[in-house]
Parts: sequence; structure tokens; C-alpha cells
Amino acid sequence: MDINDSLGRKVFLICNNVFLITLAVVCLLPLINILALSFSSSSAATAGAVKLWPVDFTLSSYKYALSKPEFLQSLFVSIVRVVLGTIISLLVVVISAYPLSKERTDFPMRTFYVWFFFVTILFSGGLIPTYMVIRNYHMLDTIWALVLPGAVAVFNIVLLLNFFRGTPKEIQEAALVDGCTQWQLLWKMMVPISIPALATILLFTCVGQWNAWFDGLIYMNSPTNYPLQTYLQTLVVSTELFTAGGNLTAEDMKALAEVSDRTTKASQIFLAALPVLVLYPFLQKYFMKGIVLGSVKG
Amino acid sequence: MLQAATVKRRRSWKKHLPLHLMLVPGILLLIMFHYIPMAGIVIAFQNFIPAKGFFDSKWVGWNNFEFMLQMPGIGQVLWNTIFIAFLKIIFGQIAPIVTALLLNEVRKSSIKRSVQTLIYLPHFLSWVILGGILIDILSPSQGLLNEVISWFGMEPLFFLGNDKLFPYVLVVTDVWKEFGFGTIVYLAALTSINPTLYEAAIMDGAGRWKQTIHVTLPGMLPIIVLLATLGLGGVLNAGFDQVFNLYNPLVYRTGDILDTFVYRLGLIDAQYAVATAVGLFKSVVSLIFVGASYWLAYRIAGYRIF
Repeated sequence: MDINDSLGRKVFLICNNVFLITLAVVCLLPLINILALSFSSSSAATAGAVKLWPVDFTLSSYKYALSKPEFLQSLFVSIVRVVLGTIISLLVVVISAYPLSKERTDFPMRTFYVWFFFVTILFSGGLIPTYMVIRNYHMLDTIWALVLPGAVAVFNIVLLLNFFRGTPKEIQEAALVDGCTQWQLLWKMMVPISIPALATILLFTCVGQWNAWFDGLIYMNSPTNYPLQTYLQTLVVSTELFTAGGNLTAEDMKALAEVSDRTTKASQIFLAALPVLVLYPFLQKYFMKGIVLGSVKG
Repeated sequence: MLQAATVKRRRSWKKHLPLHLMLVPGILLLIMFHYIPMAGIVIAFQNFIPAKGFFDSKWVGWNNFEFMLQMPGIGQVLWNTIFIAFLKIIFGQIAPIVTALLLNEVRKSSIKRSVQTLIYLPHFLSWVILGGILIDILSPSQGLLNEVISWFGMEPLFFLGNDKLFPYVLVVTDVWKEFGFGTIVYLAALTSINPTLYEAAIMDGAGRWKQTIHVTLPGMLPIIVLLATLGLGGVLNAGFDQVFNLYNPLVYRTGDILDTFVYRLGLIDAQYAVATAVGLFKSVVSLIFVGASYWLAYRIAGYRIF
């Protein structure tokens, strides 16, 4: 604080700091609550004794979760979809963004292609037709239904093509004069100088693949093919249960919420959030740049 | 002349062949998973039977749409969608702007950075995870929030089972998840304000408050207008992921939105044709809004995504 500050200003600065720190804590508390629950004994959790610190510390809910075949199975599906989905999506994004980043004078068909990609943002077939089409491709219950439909991430393409456009034109011109092919130019020049943008897209794609759950729910008939988030959705949230029940009363719902074991749910929720939390410092390093890059260009 | 033009075109084609080839995978995937489903919208005009497929199902014209309009509750669902989406657009804009302005006043960069780190976090967690956490925290009997409420001597509230509260629970939790992330763009806009403007304002005797009103806010205005305009496009997107993970039959009256309605109608009740018709209605209205918002953003702020 500055010595020259007026009293009112000092009060404001203190209140402001307190307010913002409270706000930050509000963002974190739910996670701490779930973490405390996951390390507590289930009797303490059922009694409602757990707040922000574990009561009767135990690892049993984690042991239970990690010994559950459904949990491990879905974890495996998730890992496969993250790896495969990210590789495919990133490749498609890079090779699509490069030609689209060319000026119209250098690549006359660009405008047509740009619209071809852009239209898919504006309009979509909707849930049922997309489901029917993927069913007709016989992709239900295969990993392809999870990785291919979203592989052409148009917003990531936009982000990268704007980054490409922001690099000095001379690099491309000089390389082409020196007899470089477009393919070499892309992989040997553009990709290496676009590492910050690519890192942003890589991390966002990984998180997106990890977090996706709805595609698993509709395209996988067999729960053994569920990715982790879908498995968790059916376990923890499970509106299916409610819809099947029809006329549930408020009392029934309360009873249902109490019967199910809070601590095992909490541990599985936390395990599903863990990879994102681990990646988070890296994400934060890049996304500030990435977001600003993509959204507020001149 | 004609020959020269053909030769030139052929040469241009050959020169650009690598660029065309690079676009092949993307285009194939878009055709397979976006354009063919768009053609699949024909279901909305058919008495669609999956075994018969797109080609052999009987055409019924606008019947499905007439059926849709007669469905009980469709008006309420549409109203819920607009109401929830609208509140989210408004508060989803205001909260980050205010937070960004307050963060901008913080002197200690350590506080600023830690606050930023924490408020961005919920954005990266899926609604499945947050749904699971919220269901626990908002639970009427054991939840943390009702515990806090009881300290003040109030009756516990059944946040996710009370249809009067539910839409507001959706709005508050959505703002909670996204406001921090939303500040990024505004903070970036703040750093790009020319410092000499502040110096000039101080010379003219403006205090911090006056500086905020006359320098900071006008400096942020273009990006505020741009994001508000683009936000218009989401007027029918009330947030499927969130609603789906938090709602239940007790709150269908006020919490059911077009997307969840289509999901239950189509994939649970297997009424493919009618569900597609409802989905098509939503897509077309959204197209108009999104198109208009991009057009406006272009006219007002010169914004182009490509």
C-alpha cells in the first residue's frame, strides 16, 4: 500500500483483497469438501460430520474405487480416447489450419474452404440425425465414435490459423523461393515457430477429451465401453434412475441420496478430476496467451 | 486466349495441389460427421423407422412439426430455455467484468496471481464432476451449504428439488464455474489501455473512481460490446451438460430445456422423428441468432473469426 493513499482508498484496497480472496476460496471449497469426504470413513460422512477436513482418516474408499473393475475399465477407455483423440485432432487441426491461413491471392480456393469449415459452427444436424448416422457407420460401441466426430475442432483451427497469419510473411516466402515444398514449410518452419499455440491447443484438446461424457453415454450401448466421465455420470448423477422411476417424491429423492455411499462417490469424483488438476499449472501457463490470441485479435 | 487461361488454371491447380491435399482429411471428417447428419434432418419430415433407414421411411411433410406444437409443455420448455440462457448471458458478462476491474486494483501481484489461479479452475472441470460435487454440497440433509444456512437459523433448502429455486441454482452455479475464466479476456483488454490516458486523467484531478469510469470502462467497452453481441447467439443454449447433470423429475417444470427435452424424447422414448423436428427448430432459430450476432459483431466491432 502506498503511504500517499487516502484512508478511503486504504479501506477499499483491504476490502477488495478480502472480497477477492473470499471469491477464490468459494471456487476451491467444493473441491476441498469432496476431498475431505473421500478420505473420511463412510459412517462419519453419513452422519454429516465431514466439512473441510477428513474425519476418521481412511483410504478405504480409494482402495474400493481402484479395485472396482468398472472403474479401471472406464479409466482405460478414457486414456485411450485422450491419446488417440488428441493425436488425431491435433494432426487434422494443423494440416487444415495451414492452407486456410494462406491469403486469397496465394490460394484462390481458400474462401470456399473457409466457408465449408465455418458452416459447421453455424448449423448442425442435431442430436438424433448425428446419432443415426454414426449408428449407420457401425461405430456404436467403438472408440471411433468418441474420437472422430469432434476431431475437426474448428475453433482450434481458427486459433492456429490466426497464429500462422501473425508470423512474418517473409519466412514463408523465403522458404518457398529456396525450393521448400508446402509440406516441408508447414512441418519444418510453421510448426516449430507455433509451439506456444500448439501447446495451448494440445492441452485444451486433452482436457476436452478427458472431460467428454455425453458421447460415451449415447454411442456406447455397453457400460464396459464407457469412458470414465460417462461411468461417473451414470454412477453419481444418474438421471436415468430418476426418469425410470417416474413419479418420485421429494422424500424418495432424499432417501435415494442418503442410501448411496458418499465417500466412494467422492473418491471417484476426485480421481476423475485429478488429471485435470495435475495438468492445470501447464494449462494456466499457456491458456492466457491462447485465449487472448484467439478471441481478441485486431 | 482460352487456351492460355486453361493452362494457367491447370498450373495454379498443380501449384496448389499440396494445399488441397492437406484439407482432404478435415473435409472428409466434416462431410462424414457434420454434413451427412445435416442431410439426416430429413427424418424430421418422415415417419422415421430406423430399420427402414433414411430412404425408405414414409414422408409425412410437416406432421411432426404439427405434433410438436401440440405437445403439452413444449411452450414451457421453450420459455425455460430462453429464461435460463438469458440470465446466464447477462450475469455471465457482468460477473467477469466486475471481477476483472477489482483484480485490476490489487497491488500485490502475489494475491492477484493466486486469486486468478483459483477462479480459473472450475472452468476446466466437467459438469459431471461439478454436478457430482454440487449434488453433495446442495443436498438438503448433509450438504455443506445447508449446514451454513442452518447456522443462521434458517430451514434447509432443497436446491435441486425445488422448482422455484432450480433455474436460479443453474444460473448461479454456471456463473460460478465460468466467471473466473471470463475475466481473462477483460484483463487482457485492461492491459492494452494506454497508460498516458491515466496520467492525463490524474493531471485533470480524477481520483481512482473517476479514472475507472472515464478511462478504464471506455477502454473495455469495445470488447464488452463484442462479447455481448456474440453472446446473443447462445440465446437457445441454456447449457445441456449442466442441466442434464443437475436436473431430475422434481424440477422438470422449470428446469427442462430444449436440449434435454430432445434427448429424452429421442433417445429415451425413441420418438426419433419428433425429436429431430424439435432439434431442427432449435438449430434454425439458433442459426438466425448466431448469424445475426456474427453479422452485428462484424458491423459494430469489425470482428471476423477467419
